[in-house]
Amino acid sequence: MFKFLKIRKVQGRQYIPDIRKASVNQKFRGFPLLDSSLCSSCGKCRDVCPSGAISLSPLSIDMGKCVFCGDCTQNCPHESIRFSNFHKLASDSREKLVINPGRSAENYCKNAVEAKREITKIFGRSLKLRSVSAGGCGGCELELNACGNVNFDMERFGIEIVASPRHADGVIITGPVSENMAFALEETYKAIPNPKIVIAMGACAISGGVFAQSEAINREFFSKHKVDIFVPGCPPHPLTVINGILDFLGA
Amino acid sequence: MENWISEKNGQSLSLREVPVLRFAELREDIVEKCRHGMRIAGFFGHREEKTLRLFIVLASDAESTLLVSSAVFSEDEKSYESLTPELPQFSMFEREFYESYGIEPLGHPWLKSVRFPHDGAIKKNEADYPFFKVGGEGIHEVGVGPVHAGVIEPGHFRFMCDGEKVIHLEIHLGYQHRGIEKLMTFPGAISGKSVLAESIAGDSVIANMMAFCAIAESGSEGTPPLRAVVIRTIAMEMERAAIHIGNLAALAGDIGYLTANAFFGATRTYVINLLLAFSGSRFGRGLIRPGGIVYDIDPEIRKAVISSLKMVKDRVILMGEQMFDFPGVLSRFQRTGVVDAATAHKIGMVGLAARASGLKTDVRSDHPSGLYRFSPLHRLSMETGDVFARAFLRYLEIKQSLDFVLEQLEELSDEGSIMKSPAPLKADSFIMSLVEGVRGEIAHFCITDSDGNISRYKIKDPSFNNWPGLAYAVRNEGISDFPLCNKSFDLSYCGFDL
Repeated sequence: MFKFLKIRKVQGRQYIPDIRKASVNQKFRGFPLLDSSLCSSCGKCRDVCPSGAISLSPLSIDMGKCVFCGDCTQNCPHESIRFSNFHKLASDSREKLVINPGRSAENYCKNAVEAKREITKIFGRSLKLRSVSAGGCGGCELELNACGNVNFDMERFGIEIVASPRHADGVIITGPVSENMAFALEETYKAIPNPKIVIAMGACAISGGVFAQSEAINREFFSKHKVDIFVPGCPPHPLTVINGILDFLGA
Repeated sequence: MENWISEKNGQSLSLREVPVLRFAELREDIVEKCRHGMRIAGFFGHREEKTLRLFIVLASDAESTLLVSSAVFSEDEKSYESLTPELPQFSMFEREFYESYGIEPLGHPWLKSVRFPHDGAIKKNEADYPFFKVGGEGIHEVGVGPVHAGVIEPGHFRFMCDGEKVIHLEIHLGYQHRGIEKLMTFPGAISGKSVLAESIAGDSVIANMMAFCAIAESGSEGTPPLRAVVIRTIAMEMERAAIHIGNLAALAGDIGYLTANAFFGATRTYVINLLLAFSGSRFGRGLIRPGGIVYDIDPEIRKAVISSLKMVKDRVILMGEQMFDFPGVLSRFQRTGVVDAATAHKIGMVGLAARASGLKTDVRSDHPSGLYRFSPLHRLSMETGDVFARAFLRYLEIKQSLDFVLEQLEELSDEGSIMKSPAPLKADSFIMSLVEGVRGEIAHFCITDSDGNISRYKIKDPSFNNWPGLAYAVRNEGISDFPLCNKSFDLSYCGFDL
């Protein structure tokens, strides 16, 4: 009994009190900052990028493809690319994920996810999601699980992962969608009652990530169904996931 | 010509040195060697123009060597005599070889596809492979997956039950198959494949990078800078501790012991946030690259990591002592999901699950490379092979890994070189790399062509050896104990499916 009380005391308060204001460690590779005035268009960053996220002239990074590995910054001779620790990366459109030189994190974040009245009205206080892991490396699943742990505790906002698609308001997809998983994903989506939302979590789900060139993946799902929230990262930080959903819900 | 060529872990061989034989000439030798303590580490094909060459790698743990040989199959040879009836540890390997190249192991008792690969020679789908059926009154089937009731990777489990008792479990995987081995052979330098190697298994980023880098650095003389080797190994043992702590949290959650679930869950966060503090990623992505490491541990971070890890260790011991002394926990863990040592050996289990059944296998001691050669770790093992053994062994390994990391950090100097660009891969080579990951032996094999490009890259996750162990462990258990048994093995779907 005494030991149990000690455990309780040592555990202390683990939850992050204000998830909207919390920040991530300085070393975290988050929102990319580009400076075209330093760029000589040598193309080294583009050549080392494992997922083809970088375009030259004009320089840009597609966060939907970016795996935030930092190999571009290591190979850039002019420091024209660096990653800030800003973590609110989610967006409601694929186009917004392309970052151009001079774009600041604050500027990006202001309208990256726009809350819609009907969404707030229907799902604002309770959003139940069915997770489908479809061909990734399990990294996004680790972080999605972490969203529900004692630190991040996503359920306090009414966002919960449920066991049955029948209980869900939407699907959160991780992985590039392997051919072998395409049918199960489609069936799961169909089993969710309307109205429903789709969240693509991680570079793989958004664009195929490092697996985009593989013949073993089948991304037909995304040509059939509209994605409501894109959550960039490899894997996305739990704070990126939760803040993205909260923005979408207008919370 | 000798049947085998012997080499150490992490070394490269010239392809010409690898003996080329007929399978029939090797078969008896394989059986003989495996009956005398050797075990399978690699068994995979490689197409060379008109012939198919099957590479076989046997590990001799006692002598710290790897024996390599190969057998050729001409175009009209479509079968060979299966090894599985005599050596069940070959079962998965033979099935994989069959589905990839269409060469049938005659006499294999259960020849099914293992992952339904996109580029396999056998074009069959799931419906072509009926599940194993058990007959009799009251026998019923329970099918689960591929989409599970939580945030879990996909897999299908088919139980044959008598009431609530599991008679047989068949595990059906392949849903995560995304063609990693094929992508590894795409044009480009091997250093550009680093992120791909990090994405073999998201919870074994460091372990797979250690294996991958041993291959990518095999063309260079000497090793990466010592400081890089030390920091890599620090990250490796932090990864082990973090994933084990997370697993103890999950095990506690499965039996409704929410105190330990929350406590270990929060404890894992400390460890992965420390990885973030020096590598920029909670799972150490981007830290390791061929030639060394990218992010150094500076003196300030070093101090912070040391004090945090000491706190983590105190937390682990505080909760662990309570958990493994708690009757409610013990009643669920003890004698549940037993795999005895003889069975574990027979089916070729590796890593933590094998050690929990009393086998002494550990790549860090059996085939040490890098820092493990200079700072050996004491082998840990248990005897009972039940959920308790697998859970308690994790607890012991967490403490061992944390002690190891603390010792290395205390001795870490303030500066030093961390990167030395590696030379390109040698042409016409066969390169082997074994690493003890969180779950056990991760093996990477690479074959290069005459230009030094990768023509074949084979990855073997420890889960490939251990999934059959889980199927065995749940026999005669209540079906409600399946989640507990499953978590106690903590196997990887993505690492298996590739």
